[in-house]
Amino acid sequence: MEARWRDIDFLLQRPGKLVSDGFEPGPELREFLRDFKILVIGAGGLGCEMLKDLALSGFGNIDVIDMDTIDVSNLNRQFLFRMHDVGKPKAQVAAEKIMQRIKGVTVTPHYGRIEDKDIEFYREFQLIVLGLDSLEARSYINSIACSFLEYNEDGELDMSTIKPMVDGGTEGFKGHARVILPGFTPCFHCTLWLFPPQVTYPLCTLAETPRSPAHCIEYVHLIQWGQDREGESFNPDNPEHMTWMYEQALKRAEQFNISGVTYSLTQGVVKNIIPAIASTNAIVSAICSLEALKLATMCSKGLDNYMMYSGTQGVYTHTVSYEKDSSCMVCSPGVPVEVDGSITLQEFIDMLLLDARFKDKLSKPSVSFQGTNLYMQAPPVLEEMTRPNLQSSLLSLMGSKGVLNVNDRKLAGVLRVQVAFRNVATPMAV
Amino acid sequence: MAHANGGSGDEQKKAAAAAATRSNKYDRQLRIWGEHGQGALEQASVCLLNCGATGSEALKNLVLGGIGNVTAVDGGLVHESDLGNNFLLSAENLGQPRAKSMAALLQEMNDSVLIDHIDASPESLLDSDPGFFARFTLVIATQMRDRSLVILDEVCRRFSVMLLVARSYGLTGYVRISLREHAVIESKPDNTVSDLRLHRPWPELTTFVEEFNLETEDSLVHKHIPFAIILLKVCEEWRSKHGGALPSTTKERSEFKSLVASKKQAQDEDNYKEAVAAASKVWSPPSLSSEVKAILEDGAADVDSSSSDFWILVAALKRFVASEGGGEFPLDGAIPDMHSFTEYYILLQRCYQAKAESDVSAVEAHVRSILSQLGRDPDSISRAAIKHFCKNSRNLRVLRYRSLAEELGLKEVGAKLQKYLPFEGDNTNYAIYLMFRAVDRFAEEFGRFPGAMADETVEEDAAKVGAIAHKLAGEIGLDGGVSEELVYEFCRFGGGEIHCVGAVVGGIASQEAIKLVTKQFTPTAGTLIYNAISSTTTIFQL
Repeated sequence: MEARWRDIDFLLQRPGKLVSDGFEPGPELREFLRDFKILVIGAGGLGCEMLKDLALSGFGNIDVIDMDTIDVSNLNRQFLFRMHDVGKPKAQVAAEKIMQRIKGVTVTPHYGRIEDKDIEFYREFQLIVLGLDSLEARSYINSIACSFLEYNEDGELDMSTIKPMVDGGTEGFKGHARVILPGFTPCFHCTLWLFPPQVTYPLCTLAETPRSPAHCIEYVHLIQWGQDREGESFNPDNPEHMTWMYEQALKRAEQFNISGVTYSLTQGVVKNIIPAIASTNAIVSAICSLEALKLATMCSKGLDNYMMYSGTQGVYTHTVSYEKDSSCMVCSPGVPVEVDGSITLQEFIDMLLLDARFKDKLSKPSVSFQGTNLYMQAPPVLEEMTRPNLQSSLLSLMGSKGVLNVNDRKLAGVLRVQVAFRNVATPMAV
Repeated sequence: MAHANGGSGDEQKKAAAAAATRSNKYDRQLRIWGEHGQGALEQASVCLLNCGATGSEALKNLVLGGIGNVTAVDGGLVHESDLGNNFLLSAENLGQPRAKSMAALLQEMNDSVLIDHIDASPESLLDSDPGFFARFTLVIATQMRDRSLVILDEVCRRFSVMLLVARSYGLTGYVRISLREHAVIESKPDNTVSDLRLHRPWPELTTFVEEFNLETEDSLVHKHIPFAIILLKVCEEWRSKHGGALPSTTKERSEFKSLVASKKQAQDEDNYKEAVAAASKVWSPPSLSSEVKAILEDGAADVDSSSSDFWILVAALKRFVASEGGGEFPLDGAIPDMHSFTEYYILLQRCYQAKAESDVSAVEAHVRSILSQLGRDPDSISRAAIKHFCKNSRNLRVLRYRSLAEELGLKEVGAKLQKYLPFEGDNTNYAIYLMFRAVDRFAEEFGRFPGAMADETVEEDAAKVGAIAHKLAGEIGLDGGVSEELVYEFCRFGGGEIHCVGAVVGGIASQEAIKLVTKQFTPTAGTLIYNAISSTTTIFQL
């Protein structure tokens, strides 16, 4: 028994009574963890903590992706970075530091955007842990993970295609940790309502009747910049740009007798700064990493499936089992679409483009059915080959029931559409 | 001050640059607790007992946040097993003192923090030099057992040092503050309800409202009257028709809302929409929380010359409420945004701020008078402090904690624990509380934690600690006891410190420490149990 892992081996090598199904304690489990391919998305406040937590839980093969470079304002919590690291890519420095301090773990950094990675890159990982700070990024990864799901004709999920994710988020003293087993627990899209909408101000308030310092700042940010510095793209990390923004906002506020515009507030409003501290990040990341350990090894019962945390008034947590949306556009076996029995493939595609549910999500959809391409928009060779299908009836192409896979440049993953035909005679065996 | 040479100019530049770096570095947290909070952190002196995973994590978060100075105390040497759960200890530290080794990497994380270490066990310090603890603002005691904690608690109370106990044990955790009294002015509740006093406008507000005419033919003006003014005017109208009373029955309230809506002249008048939506503020003004009411009634509010500034302020507040306030607290002065012309809004805002200011003056007079009566310097509490207090008066909090000795000896703990949970289950968190007590008793008897030896001993130890837990349950009047599965799991844990659990417990401990030191937000009023199996927490007020 390796003395180093003594404490965690109590969990991994001993049978337990409050464990998950399929738990097989033994020394092989730690070896399994060592090779387990896990991806951490983000090497910032949550990411740094997650890398440490996962490495100190026995994960030996960790990839980390982050598109940012290190900034001074990161140093109050992103403990892997020092003053002399400012300007360097977060993923690279984080990977180096973890490997320096924790022997035996391999951390492979990827400096770049998550969108620039091929879908096959994500398929390789057995588990994805998210330390992100935006809805869009979470949405993107969620779509990718859910696109790996394979359902059979009866809408039953092939469990081996589940790509588990653990997602953490923090803001000041608050945060959440959740386990997403696509197709099983709600995916990110199923519970989009959990995220409150962004604060926006009516235009007339900004332009004519400002009342708060934020109104003055947003006016300069959204209206005045475009007028006074036409053509120039506003860069919040450019001190000259930010100073101009602040000074103009202050002038405007003075005009209206509004007090309270400061440089700090200007930055906060314009950059949508989220206050952040080490402790909340540490707590949420550790909860997430522990769940990753449990998912990989079954060594204890798992979080089912969402835990929120608040540390402002005492400590308050709430753990709830949310249910997935059975007609979720991203993770369900298929979004129901009803069509007439006589519809052609072309007409079907036109209908999809007009469907309010898919508004802004489709531009040039390609359609396939159980692995067969019905119509491909690209490449040109495939397009030409499948073009004749457009005039065929959809019914003849797919039979009387089934799920179509719709792909589109605008979609990160795949859109599954469950087709129901009306005005069709009793279906005959095909 | 004359600058005779370029040298001091350079120094000034350096100082300015350092200050800019500091505010940049702490920007994301300054937005939460402000410069005054950061200042409190930088003045604080923290002692950490035991540098295992839990302690290291707690300290790491405080060091990153810029705590003033820390002293790490640990009597052990770095073992192989530390490398598997502690980020702050690495292979080159093997065999060296733990406290000293941890201090080195910790310093790298923030060179503004003064870091010291004592290579001795907390128990030996308690024994040989309890006065050592007197110099600290806060002691964070990790991975210590009940017997030593009781002694430590008594020492800390003797020297008025705050104590924070944090333990992680396998997949469970425990956090508990212990001190006599902690008063919070800036509790910063998540949801603040603005105090518009629509039900009780003061004379200056009434005069201001008279300038406005809801029947005005100027449509631009009409749709830019702030909703508070609309409601105040409609209140006046209502009162004149109802013998001075405000709407009280459901029917009347509905009629009142219709009356407000009837003042609308055009469809796009957002201010009238806001007024209808806010109408309930007229009959449901923000009420005082039970916590604040209890503070006013607290015995400590009967001040004497040894009373703290906080209680002097509470005594003054009481006098204000009974006289100038006419039953009301000092006005906060903040108003929510309202659809309105800038000018109207600013003037309305000034009206509220002026009233708030005048309430502060009234409270100030009481403060000075009370201080004089007590034979203390009447100017010893500044107006700024009084104003700060008044602004936050609706959200005051006072926390008091029973001593650990008292809690351990309490026969009614069982009944208190059971109150919390209406159901039985494998992971009920009160059972975890009991198990923490039980494993400490086991350790007293057998010199180790259950399951800490070879795997084969788990079953045997489970039987022994299960019997201890059962006996303990009987002593504290807890029906039902602990489930067999949970007892078994506690033995399975072998008393080990799992990094992730240490990070959660240490993280919570560091957050509680920040709240205690900055005196902002509300610390946890009780014993927190963290259950990493079910991913839940429960706070027991014992």
